[in-house]
Amino acid sequence: MDFAPVLEGFAVVLQPENLLYCLLGVVVGMLVGVLPGLGPAATVAILLPLTFNVEPVTAIIMLAGIFYGAQYGGTITSVLLRLPGEASSVVTVFDGYALARKGRAGAALGIAAIGSFIGGTIAIIALTFVAPVVAGFALDFGPPEYAVLAMLGILLVATVGGGGLLKAVIAAAIGLLLATVGRDGFTGAERFTFDSLVLSDGIDFVPIAMGLFGIGEILYNLEDRHNATKAPVTVTRALPTMDDLKVSAAPIGRGSVIGFFLGILPGGGAVLSSMAAYALEKKWSKHPERFGQGAIEGVAAPETANNAAATSSFIPLLTLGIPANATIAVIFGALLIQGVTPGPQLVDENPELFWGVVNSMYIGNILLLIMSIPLIGVFVRILKVRASILAPITVLITLIGVYTVANNVTDILLVCVFGALGYLMKKFGFEPGPLVLAFVLGAILESSLRRSLILFEGDPTGFVTRPISGTLAVLLLVVLTLPLIKLIRRLVSPADLEKARHKENA
Amino acid sequence: MSVLVAYRPTPEGEAAFTAGLAEAARRAEPLVVVNSPRTGAPMTDTLADEDTLARLRQAATDAQVETDIRLDGHTDDLVEKLLAIADDVDASVLVIGLRHRTAVGKLLMGSNAQRILLQSSRPVLAVKA
Repeated sequence: MDFAPVLEGFAVVLQPENLLYCLLGVVVGMLVGVLPGLGPAATVAILLPLTFNVEPVTAIIMLAGIFYGAQYGGTITSVLLRLPGEASSVVTVFDGYALARKGRAGAALGIAAIGSFIGGTIAIIALTFVAPVVAGFALDFGPPEYAVLAMLGILLVATVGGGGLLKAVIAAAIGLLLATVGRDGFTGAERFTFDSLVLSDGIDFVPIAMGLFGIGEILYNLEDRHNATKAPVTVTRALPTMDDLKVSAAPIGRGSVIGFFLGILPGGGAVLSSMAAYALEKKWSKHPERFGQGAIEGVAAPETANNAAATSSFIPLLTLGIPANATIAVIFGALLIQGVTPGPQLVDENPELFWGVVNSMYIGNILLLIMSIPLIGVFVRILKVRASILAPITVLITLIGVYTVANNVTDILLVCVFGALGYLMKKFGFEPGPLVLAFVLGAILESSLRRSLILFEGDPTGFVTRPISGTLAVLLLVVLTLPLIKLIRRLVSPADLEKARHKENA
Repeated sequence: MSVLVAYRPTPEGEAAFTAGLAEAARRAEPLVVVNSPRTGAPMTDTLADEDTLARLRQAATDAQVETDIRLDGHTDDLVEKLLAIADDVDASVLVIGLRHRTAVGKLLMGSNAQRILLQSSRPVLAVKA
């Protein structure tokens, strides 16, 4: 492996401007992580226009900082107020709040910061070695491989992600449908444009992301009144003891590994990995009854895992050009706006961007570790702002932001439409994530599918006969049949039990 | 009939509680303490935490006064809320703490204390911290 571009990446990060944007991203990420309801995907979407007039590498450094900063920010409220700021910090509530009740909030937050740092750093080191290999491998990918990969991605997003399977599939289908709007790139035929000039170019990604994540989540939060107001908490400055560190060492190690692998998986990401890490620690622990009563491992493992996952989910984006989760999909959109097409050629053609972004995560993680504990008081203060003040400001920023992308009033209208859609989706239990991901992947899927069919002269067996796409197709089949097999077994087994009982009786 | 204290965890609120407790003991009436935080934000300074509430209950028990602590939040008008509670518990007197507010501050923010003094049909006992 050639280390010269890696070192050059550090030179990129250490430019004052990039350092500043890295700091900005991490701080904004932590602030937003503290706010319940507003997730990293929403923040990245809302702040997207902020990054248009800076260099691509600087923009992605900041957006990445928001993503992993938010993972830590969510911990603060989970521990102190029993109020998960992020979906990925939900499991931290169980033991984190129990520790805070025992007066050990400082220890819980400290171990979360240390775990996040270690998990993040391990994931970056692994990314440094894995990503170029994957990218090199992916250089052999042609349209057929991309078509199957995109299909696999959409399927995994719909099946692995949280929420109901059916609802996720419906959301993904709507996303695919939206991706077809506009002029057909191959034949020039107009599709779903209703003779409107605005729609003939297709629907832009930015209004969809800003509407669904930004406006949709803000509207939904305004309705959400069941969260009772809480009294402020004083944070004791007690840091984790040596015993805490000793107990947490192994869970942090395991959390890093789980987080790294689940982060790569489409539809996986920080939420799934934090839950998996918590469940694993509880299963492997010699004293599972301690969990929920303030076990420090119950904070260390999921917090490590979610940061590791946030980092490793950049691998499919930077090497294959395929976003693995909703936040990464928005960052994917940001790259496209900057005129950078993420994919296997990125490492060789644009090493500054690739290694700049990867290495900025080292710096970002160090910044997180330094700022986390001393600044908790500042971060918690933002919780005193009422939604009735925060929401209109955020909506205004979103609307101005979307206008600045193309100076187009229609985009504002689109944001409002998708905002209403996002609100309704949230209200009826649909996650907007699969829709946005399917929209992004749908464009990749369609163009590569049709390109490969032209390549194969209309013969669909070509997908199975090529080695890489064939393997991916088998994988696709497995993912597709697994839920069906589960369903059949569930339908069959009660009948079998009934039969067995009849036999016993006879 | 009861003595209604408008409480918040500040020196003024403490002064109001102390005066209200003494008043309730003197009148031999039960004490109703209202701590009404503004709702809408995940966290607020005006809500008393559990330790503070326990301390207030203990103080009332020591003074042998029957106490009810209400934590009804208000959305935008504290005075309306307080006067509604006063009607609800049929308060014989309202006890509030006064804080100094500059002329400009009062012009911009208004004064809840002044509104209570003017709008309440019941006697109001205003104390300073």
